[in-house]
Amino acid sequence: MLYLDHAATTTVRPEVREAMAPFFDETFGNPSGLHQVSQRAKNAMEEARERAAELLGAARPLEIVFTAGGTEADNLALVGVALAGGARRGVVTSAIEHEAVLDTAHFLERLGCPLEVVGVDGEGLVDPAEVANRVTAVTGVVSVMAANNETGTVQPLRKIAEAVAAREGAAVLHTDAVQAFISEEITVASTGADLISLASHKLGGPKGVGLLYVRDGIELEPVLHGGGQELGRRSGTHNVAGIVGMVAAMDAAVADRHAFRNRVGEARDRFEAALRRAIPDLVVNAPVDARLVQHSHIRLPGVSSETLLIRLDQAGICAAAGSACQSGAVEISHVLAAMGMTETAAGECVRFTFGWVNAAQDGDEAAQRVLEVVAGMR
Amino acid sequence: MKALVAMSGGVDSSVAAALMVEAGHEVIGVTLKQWEGPGGEQPTAGCCTVGDAEDARRAAAQLGISYYVLDYVDEFRRAVVDRFGEAYMSGLTPNPCVECNRTVRFHALLERTAELGCDVLVTGHHARIRRDGAGYHLLVAADGSKDQSYVLHMLGQHELEHVRLPVGEMTKAEVRAHAARLGLRTAAKPDSQDLCFVGAGDYRDFLRKHFPEAARPGSIVDESGEELGRHEGTVDFTVGQRRGLGVAVGEPRYVVDIQPAVATVVVGRRDALLSDGCELGDVRFVAGRPPVDHAVEVKVRYRSQPAPARLEPNGDTWLVRFEEAQPAVAPGQAGVLYRGDEVLGGGTILARL
Repeated sequence: MLYLDHAATTTVRPEVREAMAPFFDETFGNPSGLHQVSQRAKNAMEEARERAAELLGAARPLEIVFTAGGTEADNLALVGVALAGGARRGVVTSAIEHEAVLDTAHFLERLGCPLEVVGVDGEGLVDPAEVANRVTAVTGVVSVMAANNETGTVQPLRKIAEAVAAREGAAVLHTDAVQAFISEEITVASTGADLISLASHKLGGPKGVGLLYVRDGIELEPVLHGGGQELGRRSGTHNVAGIVGMVAAMDAAVADRHAFRNRVGEARDRFEAALRRAIPDLVVNAPVDARLVQHSHIRLPGVSSETLLIRLDQAGICAAAGSACQSGAVEISHVLAAMGMTETAAGECVRFTFGWVNAAQDGDEAAQRVLEVVAGMR
Repeated sequence: MKALVAMSGGVDSSVAAALMVEAGHEVIGVTLKQWEGPGGEQPTAGCCTVGDAEDARRAAAQLGISYYVLDYVDEFRRAVVDRFGEAYMSGLTPNPCVECNRTVRFHALLERTAELGCDVLVTGHHARIRRDGAGYHLLVAADGSKDQSYVLHMLGQHELEHVRLPVGEMTKAEVRAHAARLGLRTAAKPDSQDLCFVGAGDYRDFLRKHFPEAARPGSIVDESGEELGRHEGTVDFTVGQRRGLGVAVGEPRYVVDIQPAVATVVVGRRDALLSDGCELGDVRFVAGRPPVDHAVEVKVRYRSQPAPARLEPNGDTWLVRFEEAQPAVAPGQAGVLYRGDEVLGGGTILARL
């Protein structure tokens, strides 16, 4: 089997598994408690929080709110800021955000929060000036992703942060860095963001855990109400094993990041070069100088992506189209539509993504095997 | 042989897949995602609901075959659902299952079968395919009470060469017994009853929601145009209906015509329902050419008995002359030509004669 869908999720790193093991066993406690069993779990979790804060360059550990994943972190960022204190603050976001942001923004609009959705250019890039133009006195939160999960387009976040900061008003900047963190430097300083969402499973950690960095002083309306964990910002018994595993995965990802960019980037480049040689009309759907090194989002003119993905799967190769519904059926991507692609062209796009397990030469084998399948179709 | 099996999540298509696996073929199962509401909501009844797709997926897993959900929402909406509403509003009695088979299942999906590298498309329909020196023949199902040949009449030689209907050789009881023997979770699942895309309720609720003009109050008139009563929407009536008309006249009256565009229902005596024949358009013959002998039997509805008739060429269309006048012939429905067990072809009823 050849797995080329690491952006959907990737394998758990051995050191993550090892770090998590005690929390299924002797360190099983609920961190919210008085006794020693609780305290051991609490200590491990707070140690993880400190490390996560450090890796993100946060000023204080309590700026880290653990959640049950990237989607929840995105929901908390938008809902939390827009509705804090009973307000109905405005939201400015881009048309290529993950549904966790876009659908939440539309939900907030239904509750009375003014919504502005900024378009993108043909390569999926958001224009910082365009974002800033939409920011007004009523804007509470601006949300632009660090890199797109489908095409891999990396957004000029620093410039967006500066443009937004130059506007009057109290708008804060959120970024969904779920897809970017494994290969891009994502810190409070590098992004200029006030809120940052991360998900564990994209980094080689377990599924079902994520975090939201929240700059000190930002008031958040909670999404989940209950026992008041995470300073009341996120109720629910802590997923201690998951939290420890996530931070171990962040640690490993940051330590490997430089090597990852070289190794996995070369695998991707060798893959695309071989594909281009065989398929001259192949199109890469992202700016070559601003995309994630692990992503290859391409269009094969004349080949239906749904058919290609099934034929690849039959040949033991796992790839993806941009977005799939719960049943697995391929749907027309809102990202490609926002880039101005026709429905037909969008239906010819496939995403191959490499991961931390890949070596540079994996790109050659991947290309050879993908080309064998494509050859049977064109 | 490599087979693509269209799995609806019901017992027939699950067993069709099982039979292909047992015969030693390489099998891929697919479910067509055909419908979602404007907000992405899924249908809750019929043959393509999310729960049904999960039943199909689980059956495929039990059989150890690959399984995929294919997105045919756009094609289905354009070719089947929109056309259903438009045809209804123009006064026809459309059969969306026939249209779906013609444009989606045995056209788009059949093309996809080849693109996916498969040799044949397998469905769970109850009908039989035979081959002899003259080519392929389409026959009624082994289980006459489950026969679906009416909705398959558009299959020609090319289609029949690439289609397999393995459960058409079995009775429904045999199909269920086979499913039970294999431990398939679909073994005891009830047959789907209504159109797959109508959701909760029936096609009337669907029309009310999506074509509100069909639910406008209007007149019930006799054939001279005199108003006999009022109704709450043409959607509540079907041609041939006798009960629930709410008009009191001496002898029994039947719905003889429905005109949704002007919200009018026309009623008449039983003999006004009778037709001596009908005109068929878009006629396709299974053999690829009309039969030499023009004596046929015709089914004008899914559940009607075949009626003896003669075929007459009429330019681009065909005229069908019944031996005995037939009741409730509804333009828009399929007129399907049989000779004994064999389907000769069929088309769309354009007009009563």
